[in-house]
Amino acid sequence: MLIDDRMIQGIFFYIFALIAIISAIMVTVSRNTVHSVFFLILDFVSISCLFIMSGAEFLGMIMLIVYVGAVAVLFLFVVMMLNVAQQENEWFQSKKSKEQNSSHIPVGFLISTIIFFELIVVIGGWKLKPEIFSNLKPEVMLGTTNTHSIGSVLYTDYIHLFQISGMILLVSMIGAIVLTYKKRVGLKRQSYVRQISREKISGVEIVNVDKNKGVKIDV
Amino acid sequence: MFEINLGHYLTLSAIIFTIGVAGIFLNRKNIIVILMSIELILLAVNINLVSFSVFLGDLTGQIFTLFILTVAAAEAAIGLAIIVVYFRNAGTIRVEEIDKLKG
Repeated sequence: MLIDDRMIQGIFFYIFALIAIISAIMVTVSRNTVHSVFFLILDFVSISCLFIMSGAEFLGMIMLIVYVGAVAVLFLFVVMMLNVAQQENEWFQSKKSKEQNSSHIPVGFLISTIIFFELIVVIGGWKLKPEIFSNLKPEVMLGTTNTHSIGSVLYTDYIHLFQISGMILLVSMIGAIVLTYKKRVGLKRQSYVRQISREKISGVEIVNVDKNKGVKIDV
Repeated sequence: MFEINLGHYLTLSAIIFTIGVAGIFLNRKNIIVILMSIELILLAVNINLVSFSVFLGDLTGQIFTLFILTVAAAEAAIGLAIIVVYFRNAGTIRVEEIDKLKG
């Protein structure tokens, strides 16, 4: 049996795809939320392996950095901070009404199955227009790396979108900080205005102390 | 069978998209799993864009995947911040108990 490159590529595609699908299922069905986050990480890792395998190395690495390094850790932080892992997670069962089974589950299954088969029909039946290959603009430059060609397109043709995405990140950062900021009462803070506007007269009081009597300091 | 073409990648993305949609529909647990399902859906979209980009030799798909990644990260940050604030106020993030807007 001859094993060539294409066959090895196919085997690796099936392995990564299988891992991705199984971990995607486990994200939705696992009882523990922390396990869900771990399976989400596994899903992202296997999909980024697929990206790297199919020739989009830069995006695969960015997926690893952004999703596994930032987003998944953020999820993990929030899950552990809110302590929802200890909450009872019974799947398909509502806590309020144990007896009456809610009717949205078969409807949800039905709708997702219909969506899946619609997608499969679309995937099976489409064909590329013959003139599309003359319309493709930023072609992959031969002899350069994937990162090089992405950079040469991203910083020239799509510079405005790139800057707008930077603004989106800035706004989301400010929004997250503003949302979760909590002003606590009874906390001693530094107030620059009060510090600077403090005068000698209001700050210090000179008291004549009588002999053998002491002085009472107002607290 | 072992010849990998565009259809394989599109089928994989369709499967992951459907799992994400089903995860949103069927969830009775905490709302964080719903956010993770949204991440799965965005991941499926990314697979579509990258596979078309690779198989057509056009870099635009990969650029847009980069932007989707940006928006997904921003959405996760804002969504998790909202969840933290809600948990602080209401004490629960179970999907069925979030019914304050029902009136």
